[in-house]
Amino acid sequence: MKPLGTGSDDLTGHGGDRPPSAGLYVHIPFCRQKCPYCGFFSVPSPALIRPWMKTLLKEILLYEEGFGPFDSLYLGGGTPSLLSIPELTRIMTHLRAHFQFRPDTEITLEANPCDVSPEKLWGLRELGVNRISLGVQSFDARALAFLGRRHTVRDAENAVRHVKEAGFDNISLDLIYGFHAQPLQSWKETLHQAVSFAPAHLSCYELTIENRTYFGKLVQTGGLSPLSPDEARTCFLITSRLLEAYGYTHYEISSFARPENRYARHNWKYWRHAPYLGLGPSAHSFVNGRRWWNVRSVRTYMALLNRDERPVGGVEDLTESQLRLEAVALGLRTREGVATDRIGPSMEAQSRLSHLTDAGFLEICNGRVRPTRKGFLVADYLPAYLC
Amino acid sequence: MPNIRNFSIIAHIDHGKSTLADRLIQMSGLVEDRKFRDQILDNMDIERERGITIKSQAITLPYEDKTGRTFALNLIDTPGHVDFSYEVSRALASCEGVLLLIDAAQGVEAQTLANLYAAMEHDLEVIPVINKIDLPAADVDRVREEIEIDLGLDSDTAILCSAKQGTGIEAVFEAIVHRIPPPADNNKARLRALIFDAHYDPFRGTIVSCRVFEGCVRPGDTIRLMNNNARYKVEEVGIFRLAKEARKELCAGEVGYIISGIKRVSDTRVGATITLDHEPAPAPLPGFRDIRPVVFASLYPVASDDYRALADALEKYTLNDAALTYQKDSSAALGLGFRCGFLGLLHLEIVQERLEREFDQAIVMTSPTVQYQFQLTSGDRVLVDNPLYYPDPTTILQGFEPYIRASILLPERYMGVVMELCTERRGVNARFSYPTVGRVEIRFDMPLGEVIYDFYDRLKTVTQGYGSFDYDLLDHRESDLVKLDILLNGERVDALSQIVHRDGARSRALRICNRLKEEIPRHLFKIAVQGAIGGTIIARSTIAPFRKDVTAKCYGGDITRKRKLLEKQKKGKKRMKMVGAVSIPQSAFVAVLKSENE
Ligand SMILES: Nc1nc2c(ncn2[C@@H]2O[C@H](COP(=O)(O)OP(=O)(O)OP(=O)(O)O)[C@@H](O)[C@H]2O)c(=O)[nH]1
Ligand code: SF4
Ligand SMILES: [Mg+2]
Repeated sequence: MKPLGTGSDDLTGHGGDRPPSAGLYVHIPFCRQKCPYCGFFSVPSPALIRPWMKTLLKEILLYEEGFGPFDSLYLGGGTPSLLSIPELTRIMTHLRAHFQFRPDTEITLEANPCDVSPEKLWGLRELGVNRISLGVQSFDARALAFLGRRHTVRDAENAVRHVKEAGFDNISLDLIYGFHAQPLQSWKETLHQAVSFAPAHLSCYELTIENRTYFGKLVQTGGLSPLSPDEARTCFLITSRLLEAYGYTHYEISSFARPENRYARHNWKYWRHAPYLGLGPSAHSFVNGRRWWNVRSVRTYMALLNRDERPVGGVEDLTESQLRLEAVALGLRTREGVATDRIGPSMEAQSRLSHLTDAGFLEICNGRVRPTRKGFLVADYLPAYLC
Repeated sequence: MPNIRNFSIIAHIDHGKSTLADRLIQMSGLVEDRKFRDQILDNMDIERERGITIKSQAITLPYEDKTGRTFALNLIDTPGHVDFSYEVSRALASCEGVLLLIDAAQGVEAQTLANLYAAMEHDLEVIPVINKIDLPAADVDRVREEIEIDLGLDSDTAILCSAKQGTGIEAVFEAIVHRIPPPADNNKARLRALIFDAHYDPFRGTIVSCRVFEGCVRPGDTIRLMNNNARYKVEEVGIFRLAKEARKELCAGEVGYIISGIKRVSDTRVGATITLDHEPAPAPLPGFRDIRPVVFASLYPVASDDYRALADALEKYTLNDAALTYQKDSSAALGLGFRCGFLGLLHLEIVQERLEREFDQAIVMTSPTVQYQFQLTSGDRVLVDNPLYYPDPTTILQGFEPYIRASILLPERYMGVVMELCTERRGVNARFSYPTVGRVEIRFDMPLGEVIYDFYDRLKTVTQGYGSFDYDLLDHRESDLVKLDILLNGERVDALSQIVHRDGARSRALRICNRLKEEIPRHLFKIAVQGAIGGTIIARSTIAPFRKDVTAKCYGGDITRKRKLLEKQKKGKKRMKMVGAVSIPQSAFVAVLKSENE
């Protein structure tokens, strides 16, 4: 696995650990139907879109002061591509009216392959969207059926083509692996096919079974068995090696970029404690060591805003040591790692660190501790062990 | 001065002492019926959970006999288990008589006899009480015969009762007041009060339980502890009801408590005599015999910084458990700790549990061991009750280990399996007797070291709970002893070392290795668990590494949850002991002590 970056190891281009500009996230909590594995907050109630939008515009006003300028905007969900161009236009107009954006702001929209007609894509370009994250998930019909997706392989292929034809050069494809309905061979083929479209970015997620999802219930009742850790490990390693062979940089557990400066600018902020503002139900915000999150319900969200209250569900102020723990945990999920001095000077911490480097889980490079590919595989374990 | 009677209820375990105490308390009218609960004197959580008495408990009952005379009856309920016999012997020092309970179905058992002897040593009036006569299996005639033959008491004097059903209780009361002599009337003499128990109260300091033999003590008096001449002003005296009840004075013959702002825990010692400072008694009371621990193990705080807290807790704890002895100890794996002596395995278990529950101490306990002797080439003979001090093997001429006479009482049908178990545990010189039809008593000479390991558990299992076991210490006998070390990735965990007989070393080592394999969580690397004697590896197991632990997504909404998980893991890590790079959970040290069948 090649080290990240040439010369500077800072993807953000802001130098060292200095916090990058703020990011803005808008959660659009609607889907046509709920996917059986999805733990994101979304509801299959398109009728709520209109009234909800009104309240979103109210929420924007609440944060007019104090944030920005932003250099990333992420329209996520849910399925933002469900919204029509006029609806998205209203949102964008409002955002631009009340927030400041840098001229080169990266504006991402998550799209379902069914929703990307050429006309829609043109409309999105006009709105300033310059990055499309496409929920392809797989190029294997059986896998798509297992995942309960409503699009076909054909839809997916056409969607990618349309996005490219519409002139988007910053495309990310979301793919899911690690389930029995998609044997390793099929997964490799999906990867090859994904790469054949030469997207700048790939997010390859191992299927995570969350308790609150339909799959979670299936697992509990024995209707579904997850991969063994060894099988999952193999999938992870093959994904990483294959995509790196194609010239992608494996810069985060599930994220790959080619060239490496096409990393997901907005997501990167989550991993670097950069400030971000999240709007919409369930969205999280973080600034100056304070984190807060909106309620996880469209109706409560609307009700609160209609009473001119913040739709906030919880707040926490992180202590110095919590910040440190998070910084290490988040940093070690990225190839850039964390600054060595974050690990702590105690004898014990240092001996654990050298133990992990000796065993090939971490490497130290330019004053930073970085996970190797093997380290990525145990990234959830490393911080508690080190800190 | 009221008519006082001081007595203890003594018996073999489970013969119904606490239940009889319940009936006596109830009939004295001390507690309203609706507030009553069974075994009301067993007020510690551990006692209630396990259904056994661990601490002696005193209570003063009012009683009016048939003629209308009123009495104050000082009852002390005692534990029946052999590991708490020190509680019994101290209770007896405060009494003029005892109720010796015998289960009508079980008959005389090992502790019946042992406790009778203890009562006779104190020259106490013994009233045999046959309890549980309501049981279908009750065999009163047989028990009478045992009382005559085994105990050498007049069985005509025995009282029949059912503590559970409350029959025969009146006769018990009458026997107490008419057969047990009143305490000597010594109010005029100089104060001598014997401390037989104590406990630490964070607000009031040390509270001592005592029996006044001579003189009186009142609030405002300055008392003096005769063992160290420490002086205190008495704040409060009183007697035990279900709670403490303050009195104007405590006088000769009475049992009660004294609170005197004793803040320095180490000043008080069970067995010490209290006198008045301005009029001291010429000599202290005899006190108690020293305890001789039979099982030894070390205690360490889970987090090394908690050593002071543990020291403090132990000091306070021993006020309330005089049978525990301890001194400083240290281990490379576990840091600073304490070497403790216990009266048996149950005692050890209770100490550990009470320290954790009452004093909030997280502790790691090492494998219990007995006291070995080694004859060295230099001519010296050394005592070793801690594997850390196992002598250089090249200097050892001979090893010796303590033997016990084990006596096991069981239904005949289990004889085969028990014989097998005992010979496997190096039992020799088996003798049999048949106390009653269908029951057999087997006596064995057996190394104590074999018993402390997991013998009780195994015996219980193979006899499905029907075997009862008791032992006396015999002597030290020559034995081929070796030190078994446990290594984790080549590093010795000194706290897991044991002294064992050479023949059993390999199977013991294997068992420990397998246990540790179950208890030590997977690490990022492979862990070799080995058992070794000297440089020779005699057993091993391997803990495979885990190689994947990562979740695919971590965006804005996942970070808080992830951090909370990490914080929990960090807390868990604090409770682990590090040996080299290996973290060992507290449970692993405990698991090593458990039998393989559990
Ligand atoms: N049938 C019957 N059961 C009784 C009688 N007395 C006590 N028991 C039962 O015997 C068991 C033991 O009673 P305890 O009073 O706890 O015995 P103990 O002697 O205090 O036991 P230790 O304090 O542990 O030595 C309980 O389940 C009681 O309910 C009795 O007269 N008849
Ligand atoms: S996976 Fe995407 S489309 Fe499916 S329910 Fe979740 S947010 Fe909606
Ligand atoms: Mg009892």
